[in-house]
Amino acid sequence: MTQLFNLQSASVQFGSVRALIDCDLSISVGERVAFIGSNGSGKSTMLRVLHGLLAPSTGVLSVKAFAAQAMLFQRPYMLRASVLHNIALGLWLRGQSWAAAKDQALQALTRVGLTALATRNAKALSIGQQQRVALARAWAVKPQVMLLDEPTASLDPSAKHEVERLIAEFADSGMTLIFSSHNLGQVKRLASRVIYLEQGRVVADLPTYDFFNGPLPVAAENFLKGELG
Amino acid sequence: MSTFSSSLTAAFSLVTGMDPLLLDVVLRSLAVSASACLIASSLGLLLGAWIGVSRFRGRGVVLALLNTALALPSVVVGLVVYLLLSRSGPLGFLGWLFSFKAMVFAQSVLVLPVVVALVRQTIEDADNNHGEQFSSLGAAPFMRSLILLWDQRYALLTVLVAAFGRAISEVGAVMIVGGNIDGFTRVMTTSIALETSKGDLPMALALGMVLLGVVLLLNGLINVVKRVVAAQ
Repeated sequence: MTQLFNLQSASVQFGSVRALIDCDLSISVGERVAFIGSNGSGKSTMLRVLHGLLAPSTGVLSVKAFAAQAMLFQRPYMLRASVLHNIALGLWLRGQSWAAAKDQALQALTRVGLTALATRNAKALSIGQQQRVALARAWAVKPQVMLLDEPTASLDPSAKHEVERLIAEFADSGMTLIFSSHNLGQVKRLASRVIYLEQGRVVADLPTYDFFNGPLPVAAENFLKGELG
Repeated sequence: MSTFSSSLTAAFSLVTGMDPLLLDVVLRSLAVSASACLIASSLGLLLGAWIGVSRFRGRGVVLALLNTALALPSVVVGLVVYLLLSRSGPLGFLGWLFSFKAMVFAQSVLVLPVVVALVRQTIEDADNNHGEQFSSLGAAPFMRSLILLWDQRYALLTVLVAAFGRAISEVGAVMIVGGNIDGFTRVMTTSIALETSKGDLPMALALGMVLLGVVLLLNGLINVVKRVVAAQ
């Protein structure tokens, strides 16, 4: 499989805080990778590094194959503008004409079933609707890799289900999926590989089935016990 | 009747009667301060937004200087602009001293740090909270600053009102570079100072009332805009 990301001995430091410590991992095209771990374990930092928003303080990130990326944030930010314009902005920033961007944004809205909201002020939408608009915004740029930072963390069960369904559909179309989550059920449903982080270190990196059924390092075992009760 | 109440009554009649002298001074004041705000805002919005999203060596020093400039005494600005525009100064060739342009120039200098500092703070806060999302969409820092500037446009209206308030209420700079020449460079604040010293309290009070009224009107307008936006 073509390798997308290769991280070698990567560390990230914010002042005196070490958010990632000597992380080694590689991710290939088509994988569905879930990062799990407790708060502050470095999941979001890892996604930001992979997406290029943050450079490792030490170590190397190689992006082996050119791939269009998009990232969905836990709390997506909507501009004080219509839903359609919020989506079109991302396309316009990537070089499309404004007219073409709006056409493509409308297609993206249709894809997530929110065409009726195209002219609504995006800020006035519910959090669940905003997350779907953000998904449309990410999907509109036709990414080969989608990174999602706890995409359903702040959603109610119905919105959570809807957003997860869309993510699964995107992944089924061949998109590489890299996400972080506290929801282990969601991890089982969406991921083919689970990476457990603790205090900035990669503690376990296993196929999903093995992670939930096989022997684990003690820290990961304790985390699972805590999460699954 | 006390001096204050009789002056107030006389001031009311000057305002309601649209006294031509009063009107002349008020319109000139508005024109000077509006022009200065327009110039300072054109520069200050872009500069403040850029500083808000940029990280460069010496940024801390720039911010410290900027915050210091917020407290610039208007007489000092007036003095510096006077020296620049005086016949022997580097800008003396313009021949602007004791003119409308000199007052606009001085007020622009006075107001620019206010606009830059407040815009910088607003945009930096917005960038810290949401900037990554625009970077993720492909926006380079300068484009990000423009997007955030546009997105924060209603919050920034308050900045512009603050800048206008600072400009229209200052007296030192316009007094020094304008010279308070009757019918030419006399504005509300310099006129209030002059009329008070002459003992013409009704005129001074009338001008004071208009000055307050203008600022009140602007604040009212901003609140209406914010409410309309919030209701959308």
